[in-house]
Amino acid sequence: MTAKTLLKGGRVVDPSQAVDDSLDVLLVDGAVAKVGSDVVAGEDTEVVDCSGLVVAPGLIDVHVHLREPGEEHKETIATGAASAAAGGFTAVCAMPNTDPPIDDPAAVGFVVAAGRAAGLSRVYPVGCISVGREGRRLTLVGEMVDAGAVAITDDGSPVMNSGLMRLALEYAQAFDVPVADHPEDVGLSAKGHMNEGIVSARLGLAGKPNASEDIHIVRDLLLAELTGGHIHLQHVSTRFGVESIRQAKARGVRVTAEASPHHLVLTHEAVDGYRTEAKMNPPLRTQADVDAVRQGVADGTLDTIATDHAPHHYDEKEAAFADAPNGIVGLETALGVVLTRVVGEGVIDLPTMVERMSCQPARAFNLPGGTLTEGAVADITVFDPDEKWTVDAAAFASKSRNTPFDGWELRGRPRRTIVGGRTVWSA
Amino acid sequence: MSEERLSLGKDLVGLEHLSAEQLQMILDTAEPFKEISERRIKKVPVLRGKTIVNLFFEASTRTRISFEFAEKRLSADTVNISSSGSSVVKGETLVDTARNLEAMRIDMVVIRHGASGAARFLAERIPSNVINAGDGWHEHPTQGLLDLLTIRDHRGPLQGLKVCIVGDILHSRVARSNIYGLRTLGAEVAVCGPRTLMPPSPEEMGCTVFTHVEEAIEWADVLNVLRLQLERMEGGYVPSLREYNRIWGVSSRRLEAAPRDILVLHPGPMNRGVEIDSDVADGDHSVILNQVTNGVAVRMAVLYLLAGGQPEKAEAAKQGAES
Repeated sequence: MTAKTLLKGGRVVDPSQAVDDSLDVLLVDGAVAKVGSDVVAGEDTEVVDCSGLVVAPGLIDVHVHLREPGEEHKETIATGAASAAAGGFTAVCAMPNTDPPIDDPAAVGFVVAAGRAAGLSRVYPVGCISVGREGRRLTLVGEMVDAGAVAITDDGSPVMNSGLMRLALEYAQAFDVPVADHPEDVGLSAKGHMNEGIVSARLGLAGKPNASEDIHIVRDLLLAELTGGHIHLQHVSTRFGVESIRQAKARGVRVTAEASPHHLVLTHEAVDGYRTEAKMNPPLRTQADVDAVRQGVADGTLDTIATDHAPHHYDEKEAAFADAPNGIVGLETALGVVLTRVVGEGVIDLPTMVERMSCQPARAFNLPGGTLTEGAVADITVFDPDEKWTVDAAAFASKSRNTPFDGWELRGRPRRTIVGGRTVWSA
Repeated sequence: MSEERLSLGKDLVGLEHLSAEQLQMILDTAEPFKEISERRIKKVPVLRGKTIVNLFFEASTRTRISFEFAEKRLSADTVNISSSGSSVVKGETLVDTARNLEAMRIDMVVIRHGASGAARFLAERIPSNVINAGDGWHEHPTQGLLDLLTIRDHRGPLQGLKVCIVGDILHSRVARSNIYGLRTLGAEVAVCGPRTLMPPSPEEMGCTVFTHVEEAIEWADVLNVLRLQLERMEGGYVPSLREYNRIWGVSSRRLEAAPRDILVLHPGPMNRGVEIDSDVADGDHSVILNQVTNGVAVRMAVLYLLAGGQPEKAEAAKQGAES
């Protein structure tokens, strides 16, 4: 039996084909069958009225922490996938800094299986660069890719050894997966708990200077240039980092780079009062850095928006600032925050947002989706760009509530998340 | 009369957000309390029936004893908890410790903790009054207040006075409380020390910066010389104590070159021969022991005010005790 769904009358925004028009989208058997005007539904077709809504290729978050295995009190692959679906994401890439870390093919297989069992948004595993995330020896990259890994990273920690990073960038080319790095020179930053600046000075907290991130970004760019490998720079937060990536792209270096929603809208002032819900790594920085990250997203230097969804149990954040862990959840606020504060403030237009949150993540990580071309996988996000709502962390599908956006008034929220032609979440 | 009374609010976690009027109120309230410690029987019933917990997660001798004297001379019932031997070392969280104390119906907590923000963290979670006795690198407000009182005793109003804090500003809660309190009361503030021990943006905090102690001495009316924590050497912030003394140590020879009669403070405990030479510590410039004496009076004033005492009635409250 065939499954047919017709998304009728929505504003279809698909930057991969330069489409932005009021159109219908017909999905048949998990694939996009037709995009056009006045597509006629057969009797066996489920018709979804999308008038007033945006229909876009499904959002993809290439940077999430789902905490399983090892820290299931914070999140599981199933609750993380549910959070993704509720946030309008049809696919997420799970970072490997679990306990044990995802550093061999069997562990990769576990994530694949748990994601399938959840049956919600797609969960793609990312494998470690180094065995045990210890920064010494390369993992079985080829076998991990065969098992389903879509990238490698030691995220949570940077790869401090430049020689190892060089090997990773060279070796990964055989499997055509990006090497993602959390850029941070820990010799400069390890003792820090927030951005180094006037706020850290006032609060008496050790800081992480921009230079700790800048040095590592520049190093990674040089190594990508040396090797021809694909470096993916995670959660870029500094103005010099953005400018360095811009220049590297102009030189033809194979680099893709992320901006996180929080680095697009919050500064280190959000930490004042020792607010642990604003503690993350890289830290929130100054307005000049926020402006540069916004400019980077606008001109495509930062080609991807990714949340760095990092759940923590409330007990862990209910602590003195220095004792609280880094990270915030992001999947269920990303679309609203970006629509309200980035699109809404004219930094980018709506099609560019879809490009940064769907098309480009798919390209950068070689994932299905990110397009509504006929025959493409039917991963689709339907959202209302105008609906006003108030963030209520207590209502998250995620297991965790650690967000600085609780109580924010936002405009724009997901209405329906379709994965492989099947609605996995709807409002 | 519905005029809003000036008060400190529930807690004293720092000087940064206090107004000049509030700071002045504490200093003025400390004046009548000074005399209690000079009596033969050093006890008045101002805080009779109040229970106070001195919760010290970090080793402290001077501050803890000073608070304890202040509390006892005001007749409060006090309990001391230090981190060794408490349930804290058994893994209890700060918030659980606080809730347990609260469940025993205490009135005030004096907290010393190694983490910046710990006092505020506690203050936001329990209804008792919380007094910060030092939190990480953040603030040590009663030390700042006793420094202000001691400077005022010797140099009059702080408006326009030039005060330089010398030493490890980066890691110093005493420095921060001094900077905030002094600036609010109109003093000019400078900091001096090796760049490794400066916070990232002292100018943005309103401080003039001197690299050499000779420049600071040339400029200042008052020097507040901070203790150089010996672990800063292991941390690599300064290569040796001898070199630190040679370049940043406050010595009589250096003070003799000063254009004015400089007042020298030190929060203690001193490393003689490191940040301060003995001839300065024991000499005419030094008011270090006056600071210690004032510490008890300032803490009495803070306890009294947070317990709801009115500044103008401090003298009466005290006198009433003698009848």
